[in-house]
Amino acid sequence: MTAVVSRPGELAASGTVASLTPYALEATDLWFDYGGRGPGGDPDRLPALRGVDLRVTHGERLVLVGPNGAGKSTLLRCLTGLLRPTRGQVTLDGIPVDELSRAAIASRVAVVPQQVTLPFAMPVEDVVALGRIPHEDPLLGLRPEDRAAVLRAMGSVGIARFARRDARQLSLGERQLVLLATALAQETPILLLDEPTVHLDLRHQVATMELLGRLGESEGTTVLAVLHDLHLAAHFFPRIAVLHEGRIVADGPPREVLTEDLVRGVFGVDPAVVRLHVAG
Amino acid sequence: MGVAARAAPPPDLAAARPLGRRAAVRRPLVLVAGAGALLLVVVVVGAALGAVAVPLDQTAAILGRRLLGLPFAVTWPASAETIVLELRLPRVLTAMVVGGGLAVTGAALQGLLRNPLADPYVLGTSSGAALGAAIGILIPFRVLFLDFGLVHVLAFAGALAAVLTVERLSRRGTLASLTGLLLTGYAVSSLLAAGLALVMYASGQSLRQIFFFLLGSFDGSTWLRLAGAAPIVLVGVLLIALRARALNALLLGEDGAAHLGLEVGRERTILLVLASLVTAAGVAVSGLIGFVGLVVPHAVRLLVGPNARAVVPASLVMGAAFLGLADLVSRLAGEIPVGVVTAIVGAPFFLYLLGRARTGYEL
Repeated sequence: MTAVVSRPGELAASGTVASLTPYALEATDLWFDYGGRGPGGDPDRLPALRGVDLRVTHGERLVLVGPNGAGKSTLLRCLTGLLRPTRGQVTLDGIPVDELSRAAIASRVAVVPQQVTLPFAMPVEDVVALGRIPHEDPLLGLRPEDRAAVLRAMGSVGIARFARRDARQLSLGERQLVLLATALAQETPILLLDEPTVHLDLRHQVATMELLGRLGESEGTTVLAVLHDLHLAAHFFPRIAVLHEGRIVADGPPREVLTEDLVRGVFGVDPAVVRLHVAG
Repeated sequence: MGVAARAAPPPDLAAARPLGRRAAVRRPLVLVAGAGALLLVVVVVGAALGAVAVPLDQTAAILGRRLLGLPFAVTWPASAETIVLELRLPRVLTAMVVGGGLAVTGAALQGLLRNPLADPYVLGTSSGAALGAAIGILIPFRVLFLDFGLVHVLAFAGALAAVLTVERLSRRGTLASLTGLLLTGYAVSSLLAAGLALVMYASGQSLRQIFFFLLGSFDGSTWLRLAGAAPIVLVGVLLIALRARALNALLLGEDGAAHLGLEVGRERTILLVLASLVTAAGVAVSGLIGFVGLVVPHAVRLLVGPNARAVVPASLVMGAAFLGLADLVSRLAGEIPVGVVTAIVGAPFFLYLLGRARTGYEL
């Protein structure tokens, strides 16, 4: 069912965490069922995940696409241990995720959520500094190296110019960049992004995609992004996995994955309308 | 349409300036000294003023000589010493301890529940304490232990029992979310309030006593009672301060906090238990005093920002000073309930803060 793309040649060093396996992230036969309690509350509903296999090598950049309700968010939540799969297993660096403490997971994986509501007014740089929580001094807070990491993260995302502004008064797109910087400040070998570009204008979409590419090349960061925009996905990611009704129905280079049949079958649109420009 | 444009890298790095200009981070010594001076002024003024005013220099001399052993050249009548040390000082200190405790629990619960309207009583503490105290007032026999009567003990127990009930009930869902906790708190509070109304209806001549407990007062403060409540409040506040990191992580929500390495469920339980103990201890010695725990943390955030490492200690100081002064006003105005004073001062101040929220920096 799943075409596993593993590239031993890309076995990049993954930063701080010693690598035991070629896979930074591995999901094996992952099932998740919300039962009658989940969204919709329909007991006849299909499980959200139905046997997902996904292997991501160190330093790889993978984009996950799929229509609404395909199970993308559920998969991300299982990968970070927020949801315990009904069946199957997730490993980070070869270690089952349910054997890792939250702190151990936080030292490996940073997550960029779609949106966060802050309960209080907060300067942007303070929000980004929250990304240092796994690293900072538990009692005294930010150390000089933490402040440096915050500055680096804001600089690489391009938000340093509004570091002192109230994050709650920014535009949706600017807030999304703040969340990206927060995750970058966490400086983890793996970065998961849940639709990181949905509120961004075109220039920032492209800049964000290029930033993710640079991270992979310079830091060896493993990137797994959920995107709705097939153009961005196809253009900027060397590997694309398509999730449909809880299964991965295609996985590989965009040129092979995004066939006309798949676009018609999975997304239910005429491929002629989409006309994907696929990276060589 | 293909995305072929290449965006220029944002020319932004140069604009970055060093972090940590905020006063709370850069000038901790100045702030600690300022906080100490503020608290000292409140203690001296609070001990000096009242129905019988003791001159400030005499008050300072009594406090300095008797408590710190400092040599003061000022002399004072014996009655002044009794008033300052036996009547006023325990009362001032009790008000300050309770005020600091309420402000810190308010800050902690606002952060934990991610709700700016949360206060120390939001999870049923107040209605549980009120019901306990009302029952204690109605029970006709009197027991006293360390100056604590049945009213205080039942208020303490009622507050804790209410929060425990809320916590247990909110855990029934598969994902015991913080919103669920808040809503369960409202539901249980309403139920307990009905119970309180029933007890008040049946209380006959004790109604006035129950009513006064609901308004809050430091009238009956003694050294012994202070010695019973202060350790719970101060240790609780210290332990909350040590969890500043958890409160900071929760600014990004439950999932965000988990992604930052926080065991959200465990931290939630710890913070709830600490906040409830501190509130219950405060309620037991002073009754229900509103607005301190709601307003002070917001005022503090306007001053030092939302970082819990600054908010918690600053709330302790500001809450202590605020309630110490509110109790002074209450005494000078002929023993009107201190809860009335905090509301009269607190409500307009809160409205002022809300007004600011529309124009500039939000709450």
